Amino acid sequence: MRSEVLHQSAWALHGARTALIIRREVRDSLRDWRILGPIFVLTAIFPWLMSFASQVAAKFAVDYGVADNAATILQQLVPFSLLIVGFFPISFSLVIALETFVGERERNTLEPLLATPITDQELYFGKLVAAISIPLAASYLGLFLHLGSLVLTTTYRIPVEALIQVLILTTLEAMVMVAGAVVVSSHTTSVRAANLLASFIIIPVALLIQAEAVLLFWERYPSLWMLILLLVVVTVILVRTGTRIFNREEILAREFDTLNLRGAWQNIIKMWSTSPSSVPGSYPKTSPSLPSLAALYREHIPAIIAKNRIALALSILVMLSGIFLGWWIAQAYPLPQGKIVLNGFLTSRFTSEWPELTILPSAASWWIFFHNGRALLVMAGLALFSFGAAPLLLVLPTMGIIGFFAGQAANLGYNPLMVLATFVLPHGLFELPAAWLAIGFALQIGLALMSPAKGQTVGQGVLLASVNFAKVFLVVVLPLLLIASVVETGITPQIVANFLKISGQ
Amino acid sequence: MAYMIETEGLTKRFGEITAVDGLSLKVAEGEILALLGPNGAGKTTTVRLLSSILRPDAGWAKIAGHDVVEEGQVIRRKVGLLTEFPGLYLRMPALDYLTFFGESYGLAREEVKSRALRLLKDFGMEAESKKPLSTFSKGMRQKVALLRALIHDPPILFLDEPTSAMDPHSAKMVRDTIRELGHDRRTILLCTHNLTEAEYLADRLAIINHGRIVAQGRVGELKGQLLGPPLLELRLARPLDGLLSVVHELVEVESGDATWIRYRTPDPQSTNPILLRRLAQEGAEVVTLSEVSSSLEEVYLRIIGQKR
Repeated sequence: MRSEVLHQSAWALHGARTALIIRREVRDSLRDWRILGPIFVLTAIFPWLMSFASQVAAKFAVDYGVADNAATILQQLVPFSLLIVGFFPISFSLVIALETFVGERERNTLEPLLATPITDQELYFGKLVAAISIPLAASYLGLFLHLGSLVLTTTYRIPVEALIQVLILTTLEAMVMVAGAVVVSSHTTSVRAANLLASFIIIPVALLIQAEAVLLFWERYPSLWMLILLLVVVTVILVRTGTRIFNREEILAREFDTLNLRGAWQNIIKMWSTSPSSVPGSYPKTSPSLPSLAALYREHIPAIIAKNRIALALSILVMLSGIFLGWWIAQAYPLPQGKIVLNGFLTSRFTSEWPELTILPSAASWWIFFHNGRALLVMAGLALFSFGAAPLLLVLPTMGIIGFFAGQAANLGYNPLMVLATFVLPHGLFELPAAWLAIGFALQIGLALMSPAKGQTVGQGVLLASVNFAKVFLVVVLPLLLIASVVETGITPQIVANFLKISGQ
Repeated sequence: MAYMIETEGLTKRFGEITAVDGLSLKVAEGEILALLGPNGAGKTTTVRLLSSILRPDAGWAKIAGHDVVEEGQVIRRKVGLLTEFPGLYLRMPALDYLTFFGESYGLAREEVKSRALRLLKDFGMEAESKKPLSTFSKGMRQKVALLRALIHDPPILFLDEPTSAMDPHSAKMVRDTIRELGHDRRTILLCTHNLTEAEYLADRLAIINHGRIVAQGRVGELKGQLLGPPLLELRLARPLDGLLSVVHELVEVESGDATWIRYRTPDPQSTNPILLRRLAQEGAEVVTLSEVSSSLEEVYLRIIGQKR
């Protein structure tokens, strides 16, 4: 009971201090005419203009016979205009959030704040909520004015679902922008640098709004719910990233943002050479000698695989899910019985029925090797920009094809295991472990961005994950892919041909 | 003895730069320690480490018995920090500003408000309590920053250049306040470039250069260590003439003229009475015998010069 009381009081204290930050920040923004002025214009004037423009557009459409009545046009137009009216004020939240830490740092107001007992989390959430509050309130007010004006002057009434979706989307857009901007703000050394990096937030959000506009225009409400779900996930990831990587030392100790390629290269060499079993971040001051190939296989690779076991487990889970998903789709959409008769296949019949296909792969080993290697490298690159989601999302349909293939084979009366053993297993024995390792280590790059290991900065974490990926890729993945490509062109076709009893007639 | 500030081998690196290099310090309760050093010597980083804002790469530090790495929040509650730059929220009125910081230490709003008003009154800024800080002069801003460090009545104070940018009157007021705080059993770490201020306020000095403590002790001790025995000046009513041989028998003369000499002796308490007796016996008329004061600046420059 006593511990519960203490626990509650700790939470109350967290809440009180977070509220203290929010209150100060909001009051500070309300004292700044540079923030209030434009927000007032966008909130109080722009919605009326938008209502007026909507009505003019509707009248224009009716006058020129595009639509029977204005309500039909407004039905398409208003949700879209609501989206715009809602978005304009929240765009200010991005500016406020970008400035929130790095601006304070530039004005030397951050250190006194960091010297108080306010925790990193309280500071982070206080700033986050404060950056959203005023723009979001202005946004809701703008939406209310816009809709109110339409209700007063037209017969149009917005569908409740569309209104709810616009409100949720506006809120989530603000949260995504602010969460992203706070991450940027706490990892840059100047407001200028933060503003430059803002493009990475503005451009995706601008694209997102276009997608939302299209979906609203065509009244694709179920798709919008999916988009909302996606935005919730992105928001959670960004907030989680922010809380994980935000710390007072990082903010205050960051002095330089000059590009130091030599230093980065030296770090890479140290990370490559240092035994993975050492403490994260504790690299020798001088560059040690590069490990031998034997040391890499014997010591480094097993150690980093053991360290990355969670990412690897997640990868294999997603790969298996892909297979099951493919199987499930095959069961849901089975090919008609007898449509494909595999046994005793004649090459001539195959080519006459599917002239665009060839029964056996025509690709050379080197091409398969190059293609697979390139695909896995691209996945690793995308992992950095998607917090590790891209490799998992890309491998899902790839594995789905295998599941789908096996499922359809089962539907046609063949033993799916035998089909897989024939078509996939010979080269898959090498290719699948290679893909699994590459995806697992690519995922780790994204995860390092989201939550670097204790004692590491984000940069160190991402660099170390990239070096580990490079080690596994060069020493394990590429040799496996090479073997797989040779098997895929030399052995698998023979086994397939034998299994299908293909003849050349 | 219980130390309020204790560090051993404290080290902080920023990439290739070692800002604080194996720093060891001990400051007792109620003691004022002045940390002196040139720009970039590691004073501010030391203060940040001790305030638990930065984490050390090696070594340890304890503030009032609490570890700076493990108990950062406890430490921040016990420490008042005056940062190198005032860093005020300029749109806030002074009273609101101090109340905000007081509340961040968990104090009740009414309590902190009345304390803030009292402090503003003590520092002659009561009339400005509701004015935005942007209207304050440089010196007033510095005073508000000092009040911010005092608002939660901390037992330990870290003051980084407390009187910089202040006019002489305000600087004296702040110095007197710091002295009073020291008498109040508060432990104070004072980072300053102002050697006169350090000599006036501090019980002990620690000189830091390239992140290392290169000398520490009481002012007199440091002077003794670095400048040798005290320099004494003897003035006579008439020229010394034949008396010089008497003087030379007892002390090592550094400089002099017809009626005065300057000399050093490792043991002035026993040497000076003998010298005066001998001179009196020889009929000399002594006008004055005094110590030539050596400045802290001399000590400081000698230490920093040696280590550069």
